[in-house]
Amino acid sequence: MMFRAKIRPQFMVILWGFVMAAIKPKINVDYMGSATVVSFTDEKILEEKDISELQESIMSLIESDSSKIRLILDFGNVRFLSSAVLGMLIRTSKRVHERDGQLKLCRINPKIYEIFKITRLTKIFDIYSDVESAAEDMA
Amino acid sequence: MASEAPTNCSIVVQSETSAVVDVCNQILSRLEEHNFDKDDIFAVHLTFEEAFLNAVRHGNKMDPSKKVKIDYTVDDDKVEISITDEGNGFVPDAVADPRFGPGLYQPGGRGLLLMNSYMDTVRYNDQGNSVYMVRYKEKPHLTEN
Repeated sequence: MMFRAKIRPQFMVILWGFVMAAIKPKINVDYMGSATVVSFTDEKILEEKDISELQESIMSLIESDSSKIRLILDFGNVRFLSSAVLGMLIRTSKRVHERDGQLKLCRINPKIYEIFKITRLTKIFDIYSDVESAAEDMA
Repeated sequence: MASEAPTNCSIVVQSETSAVVDVCNQILSRLEEHNFDKDDIFAVHLTFEEAFLNAVRHGNKMDPSKKVKIDYTVDDDKVEISITDEGNGFVPDAVADPRFGPGLYQPGGRGLLLMNSYMDTVRYNDQGNSVYMVRYKEKPHLTEN
């Protein structure tokens, strides 16, 4: 005798919500013209595990792009980060430039920008006030 | 405005990067109770994270069997924090400046720079396994009428 369980659609919606809450993607990926825009979703980027996952996600995007990637990192949601994130950005920059790509940062709030200034990373990163300006300046 | 009584605390935690969260939240809560402003709270948050992670990674070499001791005092004028690991210590002056030369392109080595930039006092003991930091509360901006 065949037994079929009938799962209510409402239950599936609730289950999907729990699954997505557990996964909680750390980045959103969008496209603006020829640029790939990666937005960080967390307000605080501190934990080593999270930074490693971010690095992996971004590196996957770089490696999967067969052309010279034009990458924009959007910090609009970020309110706090540790110096380990700066290390992640430097590794990302190295990989992008090894593949003849371009990397731009945008929407960095004043407190975070201060960290970039203190560490003089404003000398090696192109930083823009918004995504549109960064995309426009892509060669 | 009534003053809050000073807060003194001494905690020993396991040498794991995740252990920073609870202690950091405790310190930041005390800062809010003593009416430190957002700039002070941001500064202390950042330097505490950097100093604690240095203790775990470089001091205790990521050995979870080791401990990190945190002592802190918060009063209406300042916050004092000491972080001590069980490592052999290091020479702070021997750490290369990450702002210039090849260091600028290195992924690491910026923790000390940020600690020195955001805290008013940063001192190490002779062995180099304990750091003492102080940040004085920002004085309100006063203008003459």
